[in-house]
Amino acid sequence: MVKIDFKHSQSSHCESGVSANLLSHYGVDISEAMAFGIGTGLFFAYLPFVKVNKLPLTTYRCEVGGIFKRVVKRLGCRIRWEKFKSPEKSMTALDKKLAEGIPVGLRTGGYWLPYFPPAFRFHFNMHNLVVFGKDGDEYLISDPVFPDPVRCHRSALMKARFAKGPLAPGGVMYYIEEVSRQFDMAAAIRKGIRGVCRRMMKTPLPVAGVRGMGFLAGRLCRWPEKLGADNAALHVGQLIRMQEEIGTGGGGFRFMYAAFLQEAAPILGNARLLELSRKMTATGDLWRKLAVVGARICKGRASEDETYGGMADLLRECAERESLIYRELMEVV
Amino acid sequence: MIDNPDLKEICYALDENGCYVLAPSAGWEPKNVANDQAWALIGKQVANMVSRIRAGKLSPLAYHMAKHQMSAGLLAKYVGINRFRVWRHLKPSGFKRLTPEMRRRYADLFDLPVDALDVFPVSPEGED
Repeated sequence: MVKIDFKHSQSSHCESGVSANLLSHYGVDISEAMAFGIGTGLFFAYLPFVKVNKLPLTTYRCEVGGIFKRVVKRLGCRIRWEKFKSPEKSMTALDKKLAEGIPVGLRTGGYWLPYFPPAFRFHFNMHNLVVFGKDGDEYLISDPVFPDPVRCHRSALMKARFAKGPLAPGGVMYYIEEVSRQFDMAAAIRKGIRGVCRRMMKTPLPVAGVRGMGFLAGRLCRWPEKLGADNAALHVGQLIRMQEEIGTGGGGFRFMYAAFLQEAAPILGNARLLELSRKMTATGDLWRKLAVVGARICKGRASEDETYGGMADLLRECAERESLIYRELMEVV
Repeated sequence: MIDNPDLKEICYALDENGCYVLAPSAGWEPKNVANDQAWALIGKQVANMVSRIRAGKLSPLAYHMAKHQMSAGLLAKYVGINRFRVWRHLKPSGFKRLTPEMRRRYADLFDLPVDALDVFPVSPEGED
């Protein structure tokens, strides 16, 4: 039996949780929100050409693996990614790293993880976790969205690592190779914030950033006539799930980002960040309102002003308020 | 309604001083609505498959495929064959001609004993 002394802390999003837990293991103590912020996690994009369960994808975060990549780099650590073709070899490599006493991060398909409650078992290939030990044929896993460490049988874990479909993990594993003792936290935070502002305001695509919200608003108000009432309701349901499902911390990561800004304020010594954190919380509330209206539409219990057009207006308001926040953030950092 | 005692999620909340803390989530109605909707859709797809199997149009493989929320394309990727071959196996005639090796691969994927591949619920509603 191999068991690395690894501190598991629960978080609300898998990738930033994994990043924070792995870094903390090496003595770089940061919170989940901090990892999310430094890693430039916040984003928005509506991708009608990428389908999940035949419905368009809306994302509130950056690309998979990006948070971890950036946060470790900005804190001066070195990491290593390994990708595999053969499932057997990928498990051998994992065992080897564990024997060396290195906790290993994995990207997996949540559908195949037996410890997931049945209600959450959707095909979802972007779930991150840390393996920190092995007991016979079972692996000891720190899955950041669960309150306690869990166990998973080798065959199930192998299936999860080689899940297929969009964004297939392809057996990816990653671990920290080297930690630097000196890093500039304030500079890392500034970089993280600037990254978000740039991505949200200046991505040259109509479907991404604050422009993407407007784009979605334009599409959304035409859903009922284009797709029919039933299919339109399914599209709205998918939108809400992407925003509120396990992992986002609610409000499409906006609350998590507000927590990051609050934590960053004393480090940068700038009280304006606290004010911006409050504004970000307010947009989070607005996103939640969007989800509430959406849910009523899905259930067919919408009142007169709770329409697709109403949702589109809420979205446009989110876009407007957020762009003000990013503009001000750019001045601050 | 989703009741999940196994997974208590946590979320970001403001305490009385306006500071962010991580707190256990009390669950949230819109999220449950959206999840219920997704499960209802899967249930409908499974029931649809079962009635087509009963009508002799599809093979039991279609039931397992729908139950695991897969399309023919995704299933093909998992068992490592061309999707047109999966389409053939979804027809009763093609399913009958499956080689033992191919049956084993499907059964392994769905974590079933090989014989259980022929089993599907009697009525569309009688889904476990």
